[in-house]
Amino acid sequence: MPLSSPLLAMRNIDKRFLGAHALAAATLEVEPAEVMGLVGQNGAGKSTLIKVLTGAHRKDAGTIVFWGKEIEFASPQEAQRGGISTIYQEINLIPYRSVAENIFLGREFRRYGLLDWRRMNGEAAELLRRFAIEIDVRRPLMEFSTAIQQMVAIARAVSFKSRLVIMDEPTSSLDEREVAVLFDVIRQLRAEGVSVIFITHRLDELYQICDRVTVMRDGRTVMVSAIADVDKLHLIAAMLGRDLEAVRQRSTGFRGTSGAAGGEVLAAERLVIGRKVRDARLEVRAGQIVGLAGLLGSGRTEVARAIFGADPADSGVIRLMGKTVSPEEPADAIALGVGFCTEDRKVEGIVPDMSVRENITLALLPRLTRAGIVDEARQREVVGRFIARLAIKTANIEQKVRELSGGNQQKVMLARWLCTDPKLLILDEPTRGIDVGAKVEIQSLIKELADQGLGVLMISSELEEIVEGADRVFVLSDGRTVANLPHAEATGPAIMAAMAHDVGPVSVDGSDRG
Amino acid sequence: MTSARFPLTEAIVVDAQAIARLRASPNVAGFLRRYAALTGLVALLAFNFAVTPNFTTWQTLNVNLTQVATIVIVSVGMTLVIATGGIDLSVGSLMAISGALAPLIFLSPFGRDHATMGIILAFVVPVAVAGLFGLFNGWFITRFRVQPIVATLVLFIAGRGIGQVITNGNLQAFKNPSFQFIGLGRIFGVPCQVLIMLALVAGAAWMLRRTLFGRQILAVGGNEKAARLAGIPVAPVKRWVYAISGLCAGIAGLVVVSINSSSDANLVGLGMELDAIAAVAVGGTPFTGGRATVVGSLLGALLIQLLRYTLLANGVPDAAALVVKGAIIAGAVWSQQRSAAS
Repeated sequence: MPLSSPLLAMRNIDKRFLGAHALAAATLEVEPAEVMGLVGQNGAGKSTLIKVLTGAHRKDAGTIVFWGKEIEFASPQEAQRGGISTIYQEINLIPYRSVAENIFLGREFRRYGLLDWRRMNGEAAELLRRFAIEIDVRRPLMEFSTAIQQMVAIARAVSFKSRLVIMDEPTSSLDEREVAVLFDVIRQLRAEGVSVIFITHRLDELYQICDRVTVMRDGRTVMVSAIADVDKLHLIAAMLGRDLEAVRQRSTGFRGTSGAAGGEVLAAERLVIGRKVRDARLEVRAGQIVGLAGLLGSGRTEVARAIFGADPADSGVIRLMGKTVSPEEPADAIALGVGFCTEDRKVEGIVPDMSVRENITLALLPRLTRAGIVDEARQREVVGRFIARLAIKTANIEQKVRELSGGNQQKVMLARWLCTDPKLLILDEPTRGIDVGAKVEIQSLIKELADQGLGVLMISSELEEIVEGADRVFVLSDGRTVANLPHAEATGPAIMAAMAHDVGPVSVDGSDRG
Repeated sequence: MTSARFPLTEAIVVDAQAIARLRASPNVAGFLRRYAALTGLVALLAFNFAVTPNFTTWQTLNVNLTQVATIVIVSVGMTLVIATGGIDLSVGSLMAISGALAPLIFLSPFGRDHATMGIILAFVVPVAVAGLFGLFNGWFITRFRVQPIVATLVLFIAGRGIGQVITNGNLQAFKNPSFQFIGLGRIFGVPCQVLIMLALVAGAAWMLRRTLFGRQILAVGGNEKAARLAGIPVAPVKRWVYAISGLCAGIAGLVVVSINSSSDANLVGLGMELDAIAAVAVGGTPFTGGRATVVGSLLGALLIQLLRYTLLANGVPDAAALVVKGAIIAGAVWSQQRSAAS
């Protein structure tokens, strides 16, 4: 193959679904040993482009040249044999099988017709060591955290000795240390001559790891640039197709702090949950957005789920709306006026085959019912009101929710709780995996709701979101509340310092109130 | 085709909505796949009109409907269970229990002395007992988080034993016209069990579509974790669904022993769980839960029944008909997957 030509050249790719263009003359080129960032809003065509490349979808027009040959893979398996591995957002591994088995699935080592376990375990352990992960590869995959599982998926892809590795939002479930490890691995791949296509919603990561970036919008490639030549605002502008001025005003949808906070809606003290949470405490008042910060594994989600009754706490005190309670089931917390948007929308949020209408009213339904029969006129009225209020983009209220974009699915989840008129809304990663436009919309909506008196407990891995959005920030580290910061003191460095250094437990009644 | 005796008219009218969609949709091939059971049924009817002698008679219609009624009645409960993502293997055995209890009641000294009360109890008690056994299935599944196929296997095996124990393994022969009305009687010329079947199908279809309970069944089947986080009482919903499946099996058991004028706990409802599951599968309800069509299960049962009848009426032996039945199930699943992928 001539040295001057790129490793991968996808040109003028067209793909239609039911007549609508998903891709229109899209282009993507990757040089050998290059990390190419691929960004765009949800629905911009990134995933479709990747699926065309790996053979999950057939292209309607265009050419794909890979490693000097024109190719058209029939399936992702064929693409993998051809030198292109993909790591999807949802981890496609078998939870009950061991880590080693998952890595070598489909091409197990054999000796005398039997599986050569020693060799598989040895090589698996060695592969993971490259990622600075030391685990017992004979244990079932499901015993490990999402982050480790993701690393296993990456190790599997790497072990195929691919020329090109595609990573679809690989960092969405990793904490900062793990992201750093992943980036080391990517750099190492690059040093070995492997190219990487890196899809992400986190722009900071592009600057840390990518050589170039390709921006897509509405199925087209709108920008290709060396990452050093483009600043964040220009990137966002290219993704959104908006004027720079409009973007520059603010980076999140939050602005200003709320006025006076009202009465207490939630107080939690001395929470102990399993092995992960040892002494968590926090407090939320009406009209307040309270941020719950912490690294992955610090126990943020566990605290939220305990308050909601999804996975009850082992000990500690939970006070909701002034009443000391021990919610055993979500229904208990819901009855007190609590709503909870899970971090894992697909697995435990939406009911994919149900309509937008039914998904929105899932929690409200008992109240829309008379003598066991659903009042569909009222249901449609409520749904229509919230679709308009949250600007949910859906063909009609009967569209299946799985057909919506991630951002709109998240709005459906918010609508599900808002229509129940809650007093406390717990949001676990409310803007994860959704495009920039919808993200800003959701953030300003959260702000608006808090201004109207809703108490909000917001968990977020994005420091920006916590720093700009929260009126008060509780920081969890290793299952303990280690800091309680009012808005003015909750700067990025302060929060990170708290995450990093265990400064000892802090009282909820801390230095400052309200 | 203009004949007023067009068999199975009810079934087709019930799915008028589907036909309306056919008119609206230019994609006929897609429709044929989606409504495979209806399409197959219509094709089979057309074939019979053309080929099978004496097909357009009341006799034929009644034979087919009475034979299919018990399967459909059980399929109604089975459809609801499958809509939650579960399965109920115990229905055949619960039919045997219900069928064994009824004659015990009206043949007992109390039943003979208080004929009316005896008959009422002979209807109510067996069905209630079958419902309680269904509730037990649901309790077992939700309390211990046992896989439904394993949990209901318990009563699949033990249930038939219970039926034999309460009858000491004896065959109970009887002649009791008031009781046997449920299997032999007619209302305006329509067999009683056919009316029960239609009422249950219509009731369950309405319940799934319009009531809180129906929507909760589909939400639990569609995404159990999401349903729980939305405050839906997942365990009670499941318990009730298995209880309903038990009630349906109880009713079907009474119909079978009435038709036979005898009750043999060894035979009543034998293999019924598989017939019902087949009807649900052919009818287009996916086994992953979250979507369900009771009318589809009715059509599925009718399709299987009519196919068997067609083959028998045209001289094909019953053994060969079983092979065709298997092929139909495979074909139905195949067409479902095609339509899910498209």
